[in-house]
Amino acid sequence: MAQPANRPVFAPWNDPDEKPLIRFGNVTKRFGDFIAIDNLTLDIYRREFFALLGPSGCGKTTLMRMLAGFESPSEGTILLDGQDIVPVPPNRRPVNMMFQSYALFPHLNVWDNIAFGLRRDGLPKEQIAERVEKMLKLTRLEKFARRKPHQISGGQRQRVALARSLAKAPKLLLLDEPLGALDKKLRQETQFELMDIQERTGTTFVIVTHDQEEAMTVASRVAVMDHGRIVQVDTPDRIYESPNSVYVADFIGEVNIIRGRATPQAGGRVSIAWAEGQPEILAEAADPPSPGAEVHFAIRPEKVLISKGRPTDRANVIQGRVHDIAYLGNISTYKVEVAGGLMVKAQMTNARRIANRDITWDDTVWLSFTDTAGIVLPG
Amino acid sequence: MNRRFSWFNATALTLGFAFLYLPMVILVIFSFNESKLVTVWAGFSTKWYGELFRNQAFLDAAWVTLKVAVMSSTLATILGTMAAYAMVRGGRFPGRTLFSGMIYAPLVMPEVITGLSLLLLFISIGLDRGVMTITLAHTTFTMCYVSVVVSSRLVTFDRSLEEAALDLGCTPFQAFRLVTLPIIAPAVISGWLLAFTLSLDDLVIASFTAGPSSTTLPMKIFSSVRLGVSPEINALSTILIGLVTAAVITASLISKRSIAMREADQQAAARA
Repeated sequence: MAQPANRPVFAPWNDPDEKPLIRFGNVTKRFGDFIAIDNLTLDIYRREFFALLGPSGCGKTTLMRMLAGFESPSEGTILLDGQDIVPVPPNRRPVNMMFQSYALFPHLNVWDNIAFGLRRDGLPKEQIAERVEKMLKLTRLEKFARRKPHQISGGQRQRVALARSLAKAPKLLLLDEPLGALDKKLRQETQFELMDIQERTGTTFVIVTHDQEEAMTVASRVAVMDHGRIVQVDTPDRIYESPNSVYVADFIGEVNIIRGRATPQAGGRVSIAWAEGQPEILAEAADPPSPGAEVHFAIRPEKVLISKGRPTDRANVIQGRVHDIAYLGNISTYKVEVAGGLMVKAQMTNARRIANRDITWDDTVWLSFTDTAGIVLPG
Repeated sequence: MNRRFSWFNATALTLGFAFLYLPMVILVIFSFNESKLVTVWAGFSTKWYGELFRNQAFLDAAWVTLKVAVMSSTLATILGTMAAYAMVRGGRFPGRTLFSGMIYAPLVMPEVITGLSLLLLFISIGLDRGVMTITLAHTTFTMCYVSVVVSSRLVTFDRSLEEAALDLGCTPFQAFRLVTLPIIAPAVISGWLLAFTLSLDDLVIASFTAGPSSTTLPMKIFSSVRLGVSPEINALSTILIGLVTAAVITASLISKRSIAMREADQQAAARA
């Protein structure tokens, strides 16, 4: 019986002997006066599912287009398998891309779309047929092989685009907002399908997305980008639980940010004075700020407990008044107004039926959280 | 809004259409006239069409016109498509606006000037005037029409299709041949038909650049009319009207159909 603990953890970025598949070395890209990529250095490893995440205009698409060969860096090097690919034109790179618009050739049917890249390599007919059939099977498109792109649904088109880009067995597959055109339910299904296909083919995937949920679901590591720079590269759980900046904390999921002044305490903890006449927030800080420094205390809504009675077992307790309740079915979010007019969100799982819950609008409630629930970020 | 068909609208429409088509209708009617006298109706007959096909001079002129039209429109389509592609896809280079303006300038250039300048050019380089010079001249003035039609299609062409072709291993030329050209083919074909039609009925530029052995049909008609309008000319003109109408309708049907197909695809894409 295989024990989960014995399963090797996939973390090549922690292995000093592992050579990266892609290495961006001090890459800068300018469009006129506009700096799209600002002196960026990044390693991506073999078999990774790597997500580039950020708002539009942060440079993630430019970074991907440089990998495909449609843009070349103004400065710096891009190594693929140790070889500099900057001078290599797109048609000679062992890299394929799945386009946001899918870019299926409208005059060719599904079969010919998938075979298109293989034909350019001058492979023998039988080999092409075999490979196309394999791709059709992988993406469950056997029945649609003879249809034209406009005769199939959006989800099927998305799978044709994936099959076509995987047909040449590239070293690296680029996915530009691959699921943007699909509705939510189909998108979630397709995310798992993508992960499954990535695992089965063993291809390195780099995905560009502005949807943080999507990046968190599919990726082995996520790079959060802003203004042509990478703010943080980490595994999804570390990005969520220990963001290195207010920008990352705010971009990924929901978060309460409380500003205050820090006073270091014993045991690697700090107390944060955040409002007049209120008890200071006690929190652990990995990297204690200097006394009196302005800090941001970030805490996720689901780590804040809301109750009518005052809890006694938690390090931080704040009184407030319920301002608003958002009922989302499985969870409810309470917006609670605390001292100084600050709104703090608390999230509760709706384990009980709605009639049994007793907190309602304008109730006076207690918010509480432990000293390890939130994190202290520099101001 | 009053959408009723008022008397004013009806009158305007009738006058407008009469102005446009009455001359041609008269010409077509009189081409079926029995009488040798063009303006006197003497009963229905198709004998002038028969006469026409026995007239060797007209047949020679028709043959020259057809040769010139096919060759020049083909050449103009190749050059015009290339120019349109370079202008739309060439990115920004110094003088791009000037160049694209210069491609369209011949559209508004007086034909007499185009004809005269071409004549001077052919004389100065010592080119004997004949079918070849007319073909070259027609290529020059129809190329910009092709370029306009093709570039308006290329502007709406999804660039990522070409990038996908490059990404899958095409050289830039292969990407054009295997992906861009098949998709813009309807625009290229209607450009060809337009160029063909323009070459077919050109009189001014052909007169400047033709030689003694290369009379085109419009030139032949024009010179015959100076000796008096004959029913044969009416018959010939009717055939020409038919040919041009067919070409223009075909061209517009092709582009309409491709637009309709594109819209259907887009709607399907939006639904999916």
